[in-house]
Amino acid sequence: MTVLAVKDLSKSFGAVHAVHGVSFSLAAGELLAMIGPNGAGKSTCFNLLNGQLAPDAGAIELDGRSIAGLAPRDIWHLGVGRTFQITATFGSMSVRENVQVALLSHRRRLWSLLPLAARHGCAEADALLARVGMLEQAERPCALLAYGDLKRVELAVALASRPRLLLMDEPTAGMAPAERDALMRLTTALARDENVAVLFTEHDMDVVFTHADRVIVLAGGALIAEGTPQAVRADTRVREIYLGGADD
Amino acid sequence: MSYASVLIQFLNGLASASSLFLIAAGLSLIFGVTRVVNFAHGSLFMLGMYLAVALAPGVGFWLAVPLAALAVGAFGAVAESLLLRRLYRAPELLQLLATFALVLVIKDFALWAWGPEDILGPRAPGLAGAVTIAGQRFPAYDLFLIALGPAVLGTLWFLLKRTRWGMLVRAATQDRDMASALGVNQKGLFTAVFGLGALLAGLGGALQIPREPATLGVDLQVISDAFVVVVVGGLGSIPGAFLAALLIGEIKSFCIGLGFSKLTLVAEFVVMAAVLVLRPWGLLGKVRAEVRGAGALEPPLRLPSRGALLGLAALFAALALLPALHAGYTLVLLTDVLLFALFAVSLHFIMGPGGLHSFGHAAYFGLGAYGAGLLVHKASASMGAALLAGPWLAALGAAAFGWFCVRLSGVYLAMLTLAFAQITWSIAFQWDAVTGGSNGIVGIWPSPWLSGKTAYYYLTLAACAAGIALLWRVCYSPFGYALRAGRDSPLRADAIGIDVRALQWAAFTFAGFFAGLAGALYAFSKGSISPETLSIPRSVDGLVMVLLGGIQTLTGPVWGAALLTWLQDAVARGVDYWRAVIGGVILALVLAFPQGAAGFLRERFAR
Amino acid sequence: MIEVRGLTAAYGRAEILFGLDFEAQAGEVLVLLGRNGAGKSTTLKTLMGLVPSRNGEVRLHGERIDGLPAHRIARCGLGYVPEDRRIFTDLTVRENLEVGRQPPRAGAEPWTPERLLRLFPSLEAMQSRLGGRMSGGEQQMLAIARSLMGNPRALLLDEPAEGLAPIVVDHLAGAIRELKAAGLCIVLSEQNLRFARRVADRACLIERGRIRASGTLEEVQPAYAR
Ligand SMILES: Nc1ncnc2c1ncn2[C@@H]1O[C@H](COP(=O)(O)OP(=O)(O)OP(=O)(O)O)[C@@H](O)[C@H]1O
Ligand SMILES: Nc1ncnc2c1ncn2[C@@H]1O[C@H](COP(=O)(O)OP(=O)(O)OP(=O)(O)O)[C@@H](O)[C@H]1O
Ligand SMILES: [Mg+2]
Ligand SMILES: [Mg+2]
Repeated sequence: MTVLAVKDLSKSFGAVHAVHGVSFSLAAGELLAMIGPNGAGKSTCFNLLNGQLAPDAGAIELDGRSIAGLAPRDIWHLGVGRTFQITATFGSMSVRENVQVALLSHRRRLWSLLPLAARHGCAEADALLARVGMLEQAERPCALLAYGDLKRVELAVALASRPRLLLMDEPTAGMAPAERDALMRLTTALARDENVAVLFTEHDMDVVFTHADRVIVLAGGALIAEGTPQAVRADTRVREIYLGGADD
Repeated sequence: MSYASVLIQFLNGLASASSLFLIAAGLSLIFGVTRVVNFAHGSLFMLGMYLAVALAPGVGFWLAVPLAALAVGAFGAVAESLLLRRLYRAPELLQLLATFALVLVIKDFALWAWGPEDILGPRAPGLAGAVTIAGQRFPAYDLFLIALGPAVLGTLWFLLKRTRWGMLVRAATQDRDMASALGVNQKGLFTAVFGLGALLAGLGGALQIPREPATLGVDLQVISDAFVVVVVGGLGSIPGAFLAALLIGEIKSFCIGLGFSKLTLVAEFVVMAAVLVLRPWGLLGKVRAEVRGAGALEPPLRLPSRGALLGLAALFAALALLPALHAGYTLVLLTDVLLFALFAVSLHFIMGPGGLHSFGHAAYFGLGAYGAGLLVHKASASMGAALLAGPWLAALGAAAFGWFCVRLSGVYLAMLTLAFAQITWSIAFQWDAVTGGSNGIVGIWPSPWLSGKTAYYYLTLAACAAGIALLWRVCYSPFGYALRAGRDSPLRADAIGIDVRALQWAAFTFAGFFAGLAGALYAFSKGSISPETLSIPRSVDGLVMVLLGGIQTLTGPVWGAALLTWLQDAVARGVDYWRAVIGGVILALVLAFPQGAAGFLRERFAR
Repeated sequence: MIEVRGLTAAYGRAEILFGLDFEAQAGEVLVLLGRNGAGKSTTLKTLMGLVPSRNGEVRLHGERIDGLPAHRIARCGLGYVPEDRRIFTDLTVRENLEVGRQPPRAGAEPWTPERLLRLFPSLEAMQSRLGGRMSGGEQQMLAIARSLMGNPRALLLDEPAEGLAPIVVDHLAGAIRELKAAGLCIVLSEQNLRFARRVADRACLIERGRIRASGTLEEVQPAYAR
């Protein structure tokens, strides 16, 4: 079942065509990796998908419904969670509270004035944190976390809405190999067990080629290759502009 | 108006634009680099005026002007290195408090050194005459000023965009720590920039002396003009400041020329509000990246411990028992303390958790007071009805103004709130038929059964304690959390479905309501209201209370309100130079407890 | 070139580093390995003077630099590339480079924007683009180039390969070897063994603010992989 269908998506910043006529689709339960050189337009693509940017042209459909041009907050309520390449968390709140706010927002409880927010959904928040391996640090304020830990908090926050589609911009950047693996296994499990569609970017080819079901390659804002990890890995164009000799 | 008089008005506008530009450029420069909103900038201008007037008889006008400017620049550099430098790592806006203390100290210094009378300056030798333009006479000196503005603009532009020093300044503006890790001595840079900004202010002041006498009131008058210019032009943009100075200078000149001088202030602020709503970053401003490496982190909000709750309950009980032991003036003072505590807590609600720095919160205090007062006065409403309805007028005002304000952030928002407060003030001040103009409204007395000091004290205690408790409680609610989330990272908040703007708007209105409640209570406790209840100094008092107590704590504003109210009461009655004393006390407190009083206590007891 | 003895550091009350000892020679690449939150970044920040050290000594080229303000340390010849890049977003690429400029050091070929653009050719086309308008990877390259403009004797790189395309990582590894050959001392924090293997001469494993093992990468690796 197709969760996300993107057609002819384009966005320019002045003279820079950051994304240009990109089309792809993504099925429930699938892990799709988007790779490409630095500046290829991957993050821009993500920003278009979650509403941070409005596309110049093209269509984005989530479960058959057009979401192009909606505000990020509306897209989230439709079931799209995302992590940022440069992490964004609520620095003055503890790790648990970050997740609790997301839970509250998901349940549309943000406008209640009297209950204590800190008592809301503690168990669920902790379950999410345990899943990403951040339970021990649940009490620490996010402003004090190490970079790799922030990435995991972001994932827990994104999962709070039980998303249909998960967008992860370089999810494992700044993590140790063991944690990278654990995180990607968790992501795979999410896709398989809960039928979440996952789109992620990554520059770590170990992660991409072990975990992705399919790979699309962006360069200069356009899609230049698409296929199974093996096929993409063998593509000469991709090797030339992106992979180099890295996988020898 | 004839063609010729339009031309003369236009030239007049250009001349005043030049001096506006000088002061605004310095303010913008200082803010851009150090992120300090320098409230004392108008005072530096005033200092420049007085120094030039004092020096001119000895060394002559043309030497007095640069000397005065240099002296003011040096003073600015010293103030930065002795005072502000220690505060860059403190919670944001604390520097504002320090510069505000400087306003008080400088004002009393000028009073002591030069006395309360206006002092006329000399004419500029060589340019004392007038030239004839289109058949009308126009001062030659003003032509000189008209030429000076662009010259200073060019120099500054060159300095910032074309020299290495300027580039380093721009880098340090964004990320102090990274700049220093690249070998840039940011301390020296900041001092130099502050000195330069102060020098420009001093120059602006000194050049003004042939046009108007040196007076003590000029500081706040100039600073609010300069704020408008800087914000309309776009913070940190020198060409923007120039354009905005032209715009504002011309508007003033034509308002006066057409005989609407009463409207000057309103026109000025309406232009500012319009520009900001259409271009939230000012005419030539850019969306600013966040500054890095500045300010202190805010700790998470923990639920209060049992001990803390007991302490507050004990305090409340003590306040409730007090009238049994003691009556008279203490109760009057405590009534003031209580309602200012509510005012400060409502301000803190939007400034702290909301991250909306309001410089014009007195508008809602005043609207509450006027709402209640007018109901009693014009509609002969009972006190109960007036007390209940007054805050709604404040909430209505806050909703109307807040709708515009939450579209902005940071200092832009602060300036817009200030502008709205000024507009409200000038309406109250000038609409004689309804508000009683500068005399205000008198004879707003409580119902007979509450007219005793003690009874009124109990009413205030109950209302304020309830209001404060509610505001605090909301901080812990989902709403309060969402508000803080929107402040910490709007990007993340938006990505998890939080409508940050709507929340902020609601919070602004909510806080406005409680400020209005404090105002309504104030009206009945004094029996009269005047435009002073919503003037800039009242807004500043609110800021001082919040910052002095500690913006990153919940109870801080209450202690701040108590301290400032008591201080003003105790000092203002007994001491000649009471402003300087209060300024000195604020400076001492700021340096000793950069986290605010409550923040300091928390640090101590967390150990 | 860099000598660290008994270095401890803390953020306020939270102690992070507990007495680190290590050293790195000119023309050598020392890799600090460690998991998330081990204290690698804190170590580098402390060396750079951005986090105050509590105790211990840091020497650069024999001179004590601990306790100096960051800009003095930078002028002594220590370059720094933080993990989050910290490009000046309102400055152009060219200006970002110029901010880093320090006088050339005797006996070494000075770095110029031209020479750096040869090292990172993809920056060539975007010299007048604003720093904030670059992709994450482009910013990373710019950050490294910027620190080289100070003609440092020693360079601190905090996870430099993070977020770079594999082909650029290749290039970066080459560049690091070039810098090493030019006599620079490089201390680099890394979690990724694959990259570490390509550049490291020696390694230290940091765990919870202490050095657990040091030696060649082969010697340290088993303790880390566990
Ligand atoms: N606001 C902007 N204005 C102008 N150009 C921009 C802007 N944002 C991004 N770009 C440019 O668009 C291109 C695509 O950027 P994007 O961030 O999408 O790259 P990316 O594929 O995510 O790269 P990386 O892997 O390095 O993160 C880059 O060349 C970047 O410089
Ligand atoms: N400003 C701060 N205040 C308090 N603690 C902090 C601060 N910054 C970092 N820490 C804590 O210091 C410890 C070490 O952090 P550091 O950033 O040095 O780790 P790291 O080894 O670089 O990790 P990563 O690989 O994830 O970047 C972590 O536990 C982190 O939470
Ligand atoms: Mg990216
Ligand atoms: Mg790190």
